[in-house]
Amino acid sequence: MAINILMPALSPTMTEGKLAKWVKQEGDEIKSGDVIAEIETDKATMEVEAVDEGFLAKILVPEGTEGVVVNSVIGVITAEKGEKVDAPAASPAPAPAPKAEAAAPPAPVPATTAAPAPTAQGERIFASPLAKRIAKQSGIDLSTIKGSGPNGRIVKADVEGKPAAAPKSEAAPTPAAAPAAKAPAPAPVITAPHTKLPNSTMRKVIARRLTESKQNVPHFYLTVNIELDKLLALRAELNGKSPKDGPGAFKLSVNDLIIKACGIALRRHPNVNASWTDEAIIQYDEVDISVAVAIPDGLITPIVKGADKLGLAAISNNMKDLAGRAKAGKLKPEEFQGGGFSISNLGMFGISDFCAIVNPPQAAILAVGAGERRPVVKDDEIKIATVMSATLSTDHRVVDGAAGAEFLQTLKALIEEPLGLLL
Amino acid sequence: MADKFDVIVVGGGPGGYVAAIRAAQLKLKVALVEAKHLGGICLNWGCIPTKALLRSAEVKHLIDHADAFGISVGDVKVNLAKVVARSRAVSKQLSSGIGHLMKKNKVTVYDGFGKLAGNGKLSVTKDGKPVAELESPHIILATGARPRQIPGLEVDGKQIISYFEAMVPETLPKSMLIMGSGAIGIEFASFYNTLGVDVTVVEMVDRIMPVEDAEISALARKAFEKQGIKILTSAVVKKTDKGPNAVKVTVEVGGKSQVFEVEKVISAVGIVGNVENIGLDGTKVQVDRTHVVVDGYGQTGEKGVYAIGDLAGPPWLAHKASHEAIVCVENIAGLNPHPFETGNIPGCTYAHPQVASVGLTEARAKEQGYEVKVGRFPFIGNGKAIALGEPEGLVKTVFDAKTGALLGAHMIGAEVTEMIQGYVVARQLETTEAELMETVFPHPTISEAMHESVLDAFGRVIHF
Repeated sequence: MAINILMPALSPTMTEGKLAKWVKQEGDEIKSGDVIAEIETDKATMEVEAVDEGFLAKILVPEGTEGVVVNSVIGVITAEKGEKVDAPAASPAPAPAPKAEAAAPPAPVPATTAAPAPTAQGERIFASPLAKRIAKQSGIDLSTIKGSGPNGRIVKADVEGKPAAAPKSEAAPTPAAAPAAKAPAPAPVITAPHTKLPNSTMRKVIARRLTESKQNVPHFYLTVNIELDKLLALRAELNGKSPKDGPGAFKLSVNDLIIKACGIALRRHPNVNASWTDEAIIQYDEVDISVAVAIPDGLITPIVKGADKLGLAAISNNMKDLAGRAKAGKLKPEEFQGGGFSISNLGMFGISDFCAIVNPPQAAILAVGAGERRPVVKDDEIKIATVMSATLSTDHRVVDGAAGAEFLQTLKALIEEPLGLLL
Repeated sequence: MADKFDVIVVGGGPGGYVAAIRAAQLKLKVALVEAKHLGGICLNWGCIPTKALLRSAEVKHLIDHADAFGISVGDVKVNLAKVVARSRAVSKQLSSGIGHLMKKNKVTVYDGFGKLAGNGKLSVTKDGKPVAELESPHIILATGARPRQIPGLEVDGKQIISYFEAMVPETLPKSMLIMGSGAIGIEFASFYNTLGVDVTVVEMVDRIMPVEDAEISALARKAFEKQGIKILTSAVVKKTDKGPNAVKVTVEVGGKSQVFEVEKVISAVGIVGNVENIGLDGTKVQVDRTHVVVDGYGQTGEKGVYAIGDLAGPPWLAHKASHEAIVCVENIAGLNPHPFETGNIPGCTYAHPQVASVGLTEARAKEQGYEVKVGRFPFIGNGKAIALGEPEGLVKTVFDAKTGALLGAHMIGAEVTEMIQGYVVARQLETTEAELMETVFPHPTISEAMHESVLDAFGRVIHF
């Protein structure tokens, strides 16, 4: 008897992914729990474990294939070795050929009729009629919603109070002029000698999300200069107390201390640990901080959960583990999806200050620059201190100027008098 | 040595026995402790035996009106003993059926009274003597409820009676006064009135069946009064004077006292939870006005102790208890169910005419800030209802004007208790008016009135 191996969905919103590698080869014996393949999504690499036992009779989707639709058949297991398999006949969805990247993306068409249910790659999204209607009325993209109903069906409770997605290229209909006249702009033709680097799934996600954010989130920026000398001294002292190695060992980075300081400041200013929705501003109960980590060809934001409550050593070791696995592409979806606030630190590159783009649905991100020896005026004299500039980018719909400023004031006080971070 | 189980259920009513069966289906080792009778009030003294009585009343009603259908019948006599015997037989058949279900599902049934004994233990006694000591990390209390007593108007079982006695009359009284116009009061009013008893219903608030939509209440009142039932609303029973053959009942209506002399008084003024003697003292289980406080999965304040059904609060309905049983057990088994449904529990009253409803009344929907679209369709526009000789009835639907969600449905008339599930399913599946409009209803059925009511809410009614 042949059992189909289906392309798994690694996250509720995943619609397709790359079959990165076959760990088992045709003819290999498979036991339940064996890793048979590795799947790469926009953000992570995950292992596919066998549920059934038998022999890998046939590989239908070669490794390296991109855009494999979730639930399509990628291989076949048989109970007996050498059993004949009428392979693709059994597959409900034909394995997609590697996508031709050359195909021009559909140019924005003036939206005349709204699609009944937003579907990604033509995959059906199961949602109740009422959930579909509420989603349509509030501009929510159902493909971003995890259903809580039977078999993952999206129900009313899943869409109520959810933030609206960015309007999908809805050209404001001009009253008289025929919209048809506005022909889709052809992609600019580049004639200079060049190399084409096809966009990875991650690249596309970064492009889409950040464009949406910059276009739809009303950003404003607040910069504060923070003296680091006491924090650096504390860090040196604490690191000196770490055991040489073993389970209790730690090496705190300045960033770890900043994560902790942000955690405490967010607990005191829940209005910054928040999200905008049309119905209400959502304030998160927990302080979960997304920390931007650069990885080959992009970035990812693993989450330090409960950053206000964790001790410094725990934050530090947690962060090392997350960053390490982020670079290896081994984060689980729940480790990088969510979070109520982001930190992006480019200090290690010598960047003095910069403005980050808010990471929706979060309402604020802190851009941290390098600690530099700078002249400061103290008691009317010029002194030298180690100073870092931090810039908070916020969604003005959620955080007003004074609220953002108060948050930064707390943060500055916590970093400049850092003993509070030990409490 | 205590006998160990994965789950212990205390009480064998429609909450308890369903919990036991579901737990058994999930491969848990289950004990069920029942002090009196499997099936609880529902099967033995509630839902089921009253339906048997009302069926007898319905047969009599049809015979009384047989001439209109072209059938001539001779003298009609009510054999009350047979009516009651049939009702008891129906109860007995179903109650023993529960015993078989327990056996089939390998649920260990203990005949005795269960009482929490601390640390996951439950002691079972019969007539004061210990029967067993049980132990489990999960104990589900489903001990149900009993009739509420009003001080000064206590049930004596003879002249002032509760549903227990009202269900097994030996003789038909000439006259009767019923305190309370909820489902229980109204069903007995309908039953006794049809059998020829002079019935007066006294309700404290300004309309009968107060949980129903006001429009349905008004239609019900009209229908009952037409049948000869006297109805007093905004009325309070002040006192009763019991004589040898009659009770003088003083009722205050609109500030004025009226005295009614009746043979029997039925007290149907609600219920109280059975929270006594089950070992709640000294636990963290919280009790609020005779009902145990629980979360959306039946968890009480005490870890490992759960409560479901009437014990855990309104609405006092068997199907609500069964639903809570499933959720509670699935949560214990780690299946991650949705919490208790609270807004989509239908209510049915099996009088003549029947009343059935689900969701928000029009008034409640408006209170909650909905802009509503209301549809109405009277039975007079429905072919099947006319053919059945049941032209009195109404289907009322309440929609959210913004989203098209079906907020509530309210029906009165023939067969509505069997039809309400259509709207319950629609609500559970979260349909909007569009799916209901597109659905093809069979012709000729009374259910077409359900379709028409939806169409009416959006100005598209066909047959009216």
